[in-house]
Amino acid sequence: MEKRYETVFILTPVLSDDQAKEAAKKFKKTLTDLGAKIINEENWGLRKLAYPIQKKTTGFYHLLEFSGESITLVSELEIAFKRDERVLRFLTVALDKHAIAYSEKRRGKVSEAKTKKKEAANA
Amino acid sequence: MANNKEIRFLNPPTADVKRKKYCRFQKSGIKYIDYKDPDFLLKLVNEQGKLLPRRLTGTSLKYQRKVAQAVKRARHIALMPYVADLMK
Repeated sequence: MEKRYETVFILTPVLSDDQAKEAAKKFKKTLTDLGAKIINEENWGLRKLAYPIQKKTTGFYHLLEFSGESITLVSELEIAFKRDERVLRFLTVALDKHAIAYSEKRRGKVSEAKTKKKEAANA
Repeated sequence: MANNKEIRFLNPPTADVKRKKYCRFQKSGIKYIDYKDPDFLLKLVNEQGKLLPRRLTGTSLKYQRKVAQAVKRARHIALMPYVADLMK
């Protein structure tokens, strides 16, 4: 059965904006190569950490929501995270039906805010 | 000697009105507690960043487990501190 997952990862603040985006793209590619479908992605930008990790106080947060059938999907993704030195921290969780409903609602809100911003920019 | 009716209080005695505690998640129909929203989770921890007990918040057991899970996840991805002084 197909399962939904969500992963949040933090990249080092040493990278530039473009480099961070590229790293995020790399993980997206590893996922699609493993046969997962990307459902949603969010870039939270550079955020302050609640406590220092590897002596860094900020980090680039990225979120990926995906679904897949492969049993080894998550473990292979996490191996990719561990091998990459640019990743400070990662967390992958499986989503239950309430979580899926919540994330769909959240996505609606985010895209709504975006369209509103665009409208404001146009007006 | 002193009749009960003659007793006068300086301040009118206020009967202890015990407000019934309720589970905020059941009441407002929240089914999923998001670990990515630290501002909301802040309501469920004390100023040291520790989880508040059920006897204070009134949360039902089912949702208290979810709260604990969400706070722990938020701590892992550094959205909330493991230890803090005066986080509020």
